[in-house]
Amino acid sequence: MGAMQILFLLAAAAVLGAAILVVTSRNLVHAALWLIVALFGVAVVYVLLNAGFFAIVQVVIYIGAIAILFIFAVMLTRQIGGKDGGSQNHSTWWVAALLSLLLMVGIVWILSTWQGFATELPALANEKELISELGKSLVSTYLLPFELASVLLVAALIGAIYVSWEKSR
Amino acid sequence: MIPLSWYLVFAAALFCIGLFGVLSRKNAIAILMGIELMLNAVNVNLIAFWRYRTPDTIAGQAFAIMVFAVAAAEVAVGLALIIAVYRRRNTVVADEIDLMKW
Amino acid sequence: MSFLNDPIGIIGNWLTNLMTGWGLAPGFAQVITMTIGAFVLAMSGLMLVVFTIVMERKLYGRIQDRFGPNRIGPWGLLQTIPDMIKIFTKEYITPAGADKVPYNLAPILSVGGALMVWAVLPFASNIFGTDINVGVLYIVAVGAIGALGIILAGWASNNKYALVGAIRAVSQVVSFEVPMVLALLVPVILARAMGVNSIVDAQSESVWYFLLSPVAALIFFISSQAEVGRAPFDLLEAESEIVSGFQVEYSGLKFGWFFVGEFLHAFTISALMATLFFGGWSGPWVKAFPLLGVFYLLIKSFAVYLIVILMRIALPRLRIDQMLNFNWKFLVPLGLVTVMMTAVIEKAMPLLNVSDTWAPFLRVGAHLLVNLIIIWVVAVILRKTFARREPPVVGQPRPVAVPPPAPAPVESPAAEMP
Repeated sequence: MGAMQILFLLAAAAVLGAAILVVTSRNLVHAALWLIVALFGVAVVYVLLNAGFFAIVQVVIYIGAIAILFIFAVMLTRQIGGKDGGSQNHSTWWVAALLSLLLMVGIVWILSTWQGFATELPALANEKELISELGKSLVSTYLLPFELASVLLVAALIGAIYVSWEKSR
Repeated sequence: MIPLSWYLVFAAALFCIGLFGVLSRKNAIAILMGIELMLNAVNVNLIAFWRYRTPDTIAGQAFAIMVFAVAAAEVAVGLALIIAVYRRRNTVVADEIDLMKW
Repeated sequence: MSFLNDPIGIIGNWLTNLMTGWGLAPGFAQVITMTIGAFVLAMSGLMLVVFTIVMERKLYGRIQDRFGPNRIGPWGLLQTIPDMIKIFTKEYITPAGADKVPYNLAPILSVGGALMVWAVLPFASNIFGTDINVGVLYIVAVGAIGALGIILAGWASNNKYALVGAIRAVSQVVSFEVPMVLALLVPVILARAMGVNSIVDAQSESVWYFLLSPVAALIFFISSQAEVGRAPFDLLEAESEIVSGFQVEYSGLKFGWFFVGEFLHAFTISALMATLFFGGWSGPWVKAFPLLGVFYLLIKSFAVYLIVILMRIALPRLRIDQMLNFNWKFLVPLGLVTVMMTAVIEKAMPLLNVSDTWAPFLRVGAHLLVNLIIIWVVAVILRKTFARREPPVVGQPRPVAVPPPAPAPVESPAAEMP
């Protein structure tokens, strides 16, 4: 067992454990904090996949913006009258658990019949040039999706402002 | 070295945990958290496939960037909606937002 | 001489060789050496804070017509050490109902967020923690961790003032990140590289980017002040409104960590400013003696830090709506315009077919000209928007007290007397 494998197993265990706490924690702020741990672990997994750029983007976008927005939203919508206590899950949570488990088994079963399941790590041609390649392809080959993504972000920005606009009287 | 299967199983597990959150949570914000977990699992898959199957093309990474953008947009609009609903109905529990339910 | 040229590399090699000589695996020895290096870097950052605190207090004193600390050590330089001892001996109080783990994690995150920037700061051409090729993005990412510390502190303290401070911190830190990133894009475009050391390299070959884009430098300076949360942007701890906000429930060394974190972050931002816009380690003779770079960087950082302190002393605190308006309606559009203009000029320069001797001058001139035009347009717009208007007339003006007319001179009866 190499150092990379141990690192992957640690990161994966941390992510999955934190993710389980995200979906079961009774306190929503705790859930958001565990979400941060899970997202950080995913960033570590990206580093293991030689995608350091994505690891940092993950920290910027998910931890710096999305997780903080979640905490903010939880703080803003906290019930004062003690409705916060008690379970945050439906009483029929075991159906959801069963469904998720079945899906998990199904995915793994289908994947295991695929011949590329156990592909070994191929060598990277030029590790240093990855980011500039990505940048160039984003403004040449993938220009249309890139522009669409920016339009989507602007639309989301305007939509979010409009939806949460408190009309004065 | 780590074979591709580890990443795929890991992503599948993360996706299913997110799905569990979406299906079983009462609070709309918590449902959004589950969706975030699912999007992250998708991203791990995309980057793992890029790294293991097509390390010479850039498509997987470009796709992952789109997923990041979509995730950011989704959270911004979703949380704005939830807060707007909270202002009017004073609840964030998804089952209680049933004005359109017949 | 070779030792003076690359002291860190030589010490690192020596340590690694020493440990492999003891029978450790080379990879393991490398990890230990790097850990020691990170520890030394972090400790030197924390030790520097001791002196920045004294500097700040001295300046504060001078401006308020006092001496400032002057009892301990020469010119009061060691005043921080007894303060440290005092804060070590204070009691830790954890409020009832506090969320223990986030409560204790918050001060660590707030210092760690500032210290992690030091990992990519190049002190000289060969003295830096690491030179990752997305260094600027890393700086932004790490800034988020500091914000997280503040939010955790505010929420975990189980205190309403702390929560208000945390909510203010979210709105302030997250929204000021936007103009900061826009301003950071300008040096990235100019240097065509995202690594911090590459940006300094590019500056040492041309000129300081402050000269190329003063607007971007100013936006970065202002928005990073807000990011740190120092006056005039210290809304998250506003003493007079929310009794020091997110840190209200902290005592002893935990409060001390927040204090250290704020000062360290302020100095780190000054060092970043010096690195990205004022040439970092570049200076005369730095090619022959790389160690001079540390000296240059410190001089530049302290010069910027001086302005930071003076701003803190001189300016009053903004109101929260003023702060947010200033960000979204002023800094963000200005940053967008600056980034666009910089990119257009950089793209248009090669099209002009200027000879190689004149091209750099033309580039600097064009950038400077465009920046000055931006400043001028902004000044005109601001003058029109905030022109002093005559107050509207709501009623008749108050009657002004007029002295009664002098009584008509009465003919003195005496004159009529026959």
